[in-house]
Order: sequence, then C-alpha cells, then structure tokens
Amino acid sequence: MSESLMRTRLYQWHVDHGGRMVPFAGWEMPVQYAAGPIEEHQVTRRSAGLFDIDHMGQLSLTGLDAERFLNRLVTWDITQMAEYEAHYALMCYETGGIVDDVFIYNLPDQWFVVVNADNLTKDYDWMIAQAGGYEVTLKDVSVDTYMLALQGPHAIDLLQPLTPANLVDLPRFTALKAEVDGVKTLIGRTGYTGEDGVELFFPADKALHLWERILAAGAETGLEVQPIGLAARDSLRFEPSFPLYGHEINANITPLEANLGWACSFNTDFIGRAALLEQKAQGLTKKLIGFELIDKGVPRQGYPVANEQGQAMGEVVTGLYAPTVDKYCGHAFVPPEYAKPGTPLQIIIRDKPKQAVVVKRPFYKPAYRS
Amino acid sequence: MNIDASAKYLESHEWSRQEGDVIVCGISDHAQESLSDVVYVELPEVGATFSKGDVFGVVESVKAASDLYMSMDGEIVAINEVLEDEPELINSDPYGTWLIKFKPSDPGQWDDLLTPDEYQAVAEADE
Repeated sequence: MSESLMRTRLYQWHVDHGGRMVPFAGWEMPVQYAAGPIEEHQVTRRSAGLFDIDHMGQLSLTGLDAERFLNRLVTWDITQMAEYEAHYALMCYETGGIVDDVFIYNLPDQWFVVVNADNLTKDYDWMIAQAGGYEVTLKDVSVDTYMLALQGPHAIDLLQPLTPANLVDLPRFTALKAEVDGVKTLIGRTGYTGEDGVELFFPADKALHLWERILAAGAETGLEVQPIGLAARDSLRFEPSFPLYGHEINANITPLEANLGWACSFNTDFIGRAALLEQKAQGLTKKLIGFELIDKGVPRQGYPVANEQGQAMGEVVTGLYAPTVDKYCGHAFVPPEYAKPGTPLQIIIRDKPKQAVVVKRPFYKPAYRS
Repeated sequence: MNIDASAKYLESHEWSRQEGDVIVCGISDHAQESLSDVVYVELPEVGATFSKGDVFGVVESVKAASDLYMSMDGEIVAINEVLEDEPELINSDPYGTWLIKFKPSDPGQWDDLLTPDEYQAVAEADE
C-alpha cells in the first residue's frame, strides 16, 4: 500500500518513538507521537518543538540572471533583500492564481527557495518553462538537503550551546551559516508556528545525528523539547493565520483574496501582476476570513458557510479546535460584504447550521511580532 | 489496551454496560487510542429513539469525525453533559466516561453484543 510513498531519513526513528505514520504529499510522515497533537501544540508554544520537515523541497538558482529571473517568478521584490535575508513570497500564474508559496533566502552564492512538498515537481516544471532567455541554472537540491525546524520560546536557548554562531542576535527573517554540533548548517530565524525559532538546512546524511543531538540538548539544558507531528504543525500554523497550500491558497485563489497582498511588490513585473492589478480595480468577489464558532462543533475543510439568513455563500478551507485560543474556529472564503469582523455566519456541520462570527486574524499573534 | 470486563461491545468499538434497567455507553480504550485527542462530541437529545446500529452521535478528534453507533434499540434517557466542556475525558478515562444512557426496548439484544474476549480479538486485529 505504502510502497510508492517516500520516507525521510528519520522514518525509523519516528516509528521507534511512537510516531503515527500517515501519507502526506507523497511522503510517509508522523502525524503525531504518543503525546498527542494537543500536547505537541502546547509544548511548542510553552517551550520547544522539533519538526522533521524534510518532505519540503529546496531549489537553488544560480547564474548571471538568477536574481532577475526569480524576481519575474515571485511576487516579492527580491532585489530589496539584503544578503542572508529570508522572505516569504507567492509564485503566481498569469491569472493571479497561486502556483505555490515559497520562502526565499538570499545567499551569497545562490538564491535558495523552499517550496511545498506537494508542489515541488510542479514548481520546478513551471520555473523551467519560464526560464527561456535567462542565463540561470535551476537545481532541485531537496534530496541532499535535510530540513528540520526547531520552534518555540526556548528554541534558541536549546540550539545556542550547539553552535559557535550568535543566534540570540540573529534577526527574525535572516539566516547565517554555521556549524551545529560540527555539521555545516544554514540556520534561518524562520518558521511556521508563530513562535521564535529556527529552520535548519544541512547535509542529509547528518539527519539522525542532529535530530538526536537537539533532543539530547533538552535533557542537558533542562528545557522541554519534543518531536512534533503534522497535526500539531497544522494547528500551530493556523493560529497565527499562516496559509497552507491546498487550503488558504491554490491555483484558483489569488494573493489578494487570501489577504497576502502584503507579500506582493507591484513595482516589479512579476508573473500575475497584471491580473492582480485588474482584480484590485474590479474589486474582489471572495475574501479569506477567520471565524469562531459560537455553538460547539468542529468545522472542517469543505463545509458550507451561510449568512445569517441561511443562504450558502462560502466554504471552510481550514477548520479545527485551536488549542492555544481554546476555540473551534477556521478560515473560510466568503463574499467581501461578509468579511467584516463581527459579521454573523453559519457553518453547516453535517447539515446542521452552527452559529459563528467573523473574527480578526490572526487568532494568535506571533511571539516575535512586537 | 484495556478492556472493561464488565462491559459488552460492538465491533465499531462502543462499550455498553447494564445499570439497572438502562444501558450506559461509551467508547473503548482502543477506540480513544486510535482517535487520539478528542476535541468534541456531538450527542443526541434526551427522548430521541434509535434502532440498533443507528448513528446516535459523532466523536471528533483532531483529524477526523467518527460516527457513534447504538448497541441496541432504545430511547435516550441521559447524555453526559460534562463532555461539552471536557471531551478529553474520553481519552483519559474511556471506561469511566459514558456518552449516553438509554432504555432498551428489546432487552434481549444484549445477548447479541460482543463479550470482552470477543471484543479483545476484534481490537487486536485492528491494531
């Protein structure tokens, strides 16, 4: 059944340590460990969580035109990025629909782009198809590059003893190269949880070594750190309102509809710009909102959203019990006239209308955003 | 995996116990373990009547919604309202946490339920 699924180098570790393995984006990944998704969420908010995210893809762009080419592909003006800066961006189709959301690192010898596991092949093919006339080399370096995330208020305290680099003074959304327990690593002060923390990129054959070393640092420092599965990764990214491809964004959703206009620099000629400007002029027909249930129930992706009168007019794209905000809530697309916080809604759960209300996003303010 | 020897079971992992002339139902330790963290339970109205095999409610875990099945024909006489605010009790104490109590209309159906030994085999095969 699972022959065709890929496994990370930590697969056996996960199985041996209570990881419940599920198919995800072509990979067999731990959805949770024995502690369970709620506790995994909480420990990341209260101390630190360690995530095997090697399913994520990494692309390297080099060559004379690498910067000009990437600036055409993505919505953010990367020419504004300082060396070792990291920034979020969308890659759009001409229609303004989203190919993928990416994290871009401006490294001295290359542009380094982190993409979603599910979209890696599609992104690569899309980028190659746009590369005509550019002197650029695009390499998929995902297999050789391992990716872990260490997230939480104590993430830096845990990692600092393992590296000579000064992590405390590393600004949010920047990166540096340093050894971590002797392993050459690109350390980004980035992440997908709304907490302080780092994402680590290093040679794949050191995966088990660094994973176990970081968990051991917990015992040495007396700081809690636990492995975190995909279920908690989802609730951790939801609360600070980070999008997940296939939910808040896809080929039929534009950055403007998904409240990601902040990641678009309209001073550059990125693919999709004209469509987005046109959409701005015309006005949006749907908009991403956050909602809370007033009645109890668990909203899920695909559930209909109705107005106060019970007329269906939207759809849930993420829905869950959010552990830190301690509410049943979600994201949905609705016509803009229903997008204002305070607007009453109904979420239709198994044919039963449940009272809900539009609330301000994010549900949880990222700890590093003062 | 714990099995409550004083209960009888459905293959769909609900336990039933006799308390006087009512039947008390919950979900097994194996079921709560498979579901993982329970975040919501939808229960019927008191007075509702169901047939054996009907869906009487839904248990929602972090990742999925699972139907709950009636073990016998009967009328709901009580629901466990504590679960509205503390659904996690199902995880911490599956046999001490009941979901519904119902008055069976055909008490003879009790004999059709799985014995603890029979259920243990079902649960083990499911692991």
